[in-house]
Amino acid sequence: MPPQKQFISFYTILRKGVVRTFRIWSQTLLPSVVTSVLYFAVFGSILGSRIGSLNGVPYILFVVPGLVMLSVITNAYTDVATTFFQSKFFSRNIDEILVSPTPPHVIIAGYVSRGIVRGVMVGLLVLVVSLFFALPSVAHPLIVLLFLVLSSLIFALAGLVNGIYATNFDGITIVPTFVLTPLVYLGGVFYSINSLPPFWQQVSLVNPVLYLINGFRYGFLGFSDVPIITCFTVLTGLILALLALNWYFIRTGLGLKQ
Amino acid sequence: MESALTITNLTKRYDTGTEALKGVSLTVPAGELFALLGPNGAGKTTIISIVTGLVTKSGGSASIFGFDIDAEPERARALIGLCGQEVNFDPFEKPLDILVNQAGYYGIPRSVAIPRAQRLLKDLGLDDKSGQIGFRLSGGMKRRLMIARALIHEPKFLILDEPTAGVDVELRRSMWDYLQGLTKEGVTILLTTHYLEEAEQLAKHVAIINKGEIVANGTMEEILALHDPSLSTGTSGYSGGKLEEVFVQLTKD
Ligand SMILES: Nc1ncnc2c1ncn2[C@@H]1O[C@H](COP(=O)(O)OP(=O)(O)O)[C@@H](O)[C@H]1O
Ligand SMILES: [Mg+2]
Repeated sequence: MPPQKQFISFYTILRKGVVRTFRIWSQTLLPSVVTSVLYFAVFGSILGSRIGSLNGVPYILFVVPGLVMLSVITNAYTDVATTFFQSKFFSRNIDEILVSPTPPHVIIAGYVSRGIVRGVMVGLLVLVVSLFFALPSVAHPLIVLLFLVLSSLIFALAGLVNGIYATNFDGITIVPTFVLTPLVYLGGVFYSINSLPPFWQQVSLVNPVLYLINGFRYGFLGFSDVPIITCFTVLTGLILALLALNWYFIRTGLGLKQ
Repeated sequence: MESALTITNLTKRYDTGTEALKGVSLTVPAGELFALLGPNGAGKTTIISIVTGLVTKSGGSASIFGFDIDAEPERARALIGLCGQEVNFDPFEKPLDILVNQAGYYGIPRSVAIPRAQRLLKDLGLDDKSGQIGFRLSGGMKRRLMIARALIHEPKFLILDEPTAGVDVELRRSMWDYLQGLTKEGVTILLTTHYLEEAEQLAKHVAIINKGEIVANGTMEEILALHDPSLSTGTSGYSGGKLEEVFVQLTKD
């Protein structure tokens, strides 16, 4: 397929997803905003004053980047995992793409971009909502944006792996509940890993979410637990690994074709 | 003679252990309507799914207008339009969007796809349904929508897997006319069907498959010549055509 046609196919996959996100906005965009308001109210106004400051900043300012990341990650992941799984398992309309000349990398790019669009959109909405509770300073706006996109990208890719590989409905709910949620909550959304015992600090270092939240927090506060360059390196490696895995699945039809 | 589809020694063993295809070889000549017949479970859908890239094969090879499905899958697929056996569009999408998106997957821009989709919907009698979501359509409409979707990129080779199953007589006849019109325009058609009189009406070439093996393959005249009157059920009580008798003889256990 020539590049221009590949782009049209990519755009078609992306557009269909974005149209869906807006069509059912009360299921796609609203829930994270609502939960974030609750989190901000509880942690910012009610508990925040008791916790005081963490790493020298008021707790609400510490937790805002973490909560934005939480929304970004879950939205990017579930968007791709569920839409891919539905089109493969229920309506089987993934066949529409599989019979076409669209190559695997375009399928990956299209689905992942849907997840990125939704993740970034929800992230920005939550960020706007947070302004009502605290005015975060933004030390490095480009880093904020970069980590917003990086985290959507990584979890959209991970969601795609899940969506392709899941063979039944359990497969699409087990991973988010038992893997994704713990990773996110233990990745430092609510606390600094420096406050953990040394052993658990080491364990936390294998959690990719830690690097995302730290990088993102660095963009806001100008400092983080883990050096920003380490965050970036680990995440780039992860992206390459996930890309390769998705490409392999689609090319060979593993999990997709009998 | 140019061939639209060439299959050599195709085998398929599903994970469940079922030997769905046991070395199938087949050639579909370009420009004709070819009927692939066989009882339920014979392997028709499996052949079609392998050729269109929806199922992986266990062995053998296949090519579309000379493009090998392994070596040049994109070029092979670009030439095929598939109307599968099962309804497989997004039930929450509208017919026009289904067609325009399908065109997109083939690299056709929306500005070209929209008028083309509108024309196809009109030709297939769905123009008044273009804004209604898919799952509200009747069975016959869904089938026609799937045919329209298979044609949106103007393929040289149209594959239809039981397109008339569960479709009423009147609609079936209008589909026949439509398909014959397409062959006149030079589109090669591979059709599977349960209705043998449909095959007898439409097809120039026929292959009969039974339990994963081709048991007969040739022009309609050649296949009908296999008919053995002595084995016929006789004049009384028999209502099928000659093709049906040949079919029954070749596919009985
Ligand atoms: N996804 C599958 N997994 C396991 N067995 C299958 C699958 N699809 C088809 N089969 C088996 O393969 C054989 C051929 O099926 P199929 O190609 O659908 O036949 P037909 O289209 O001629 O009715 C049947 O025995 C069927 O049960
Ligand atoms: Mg079948």
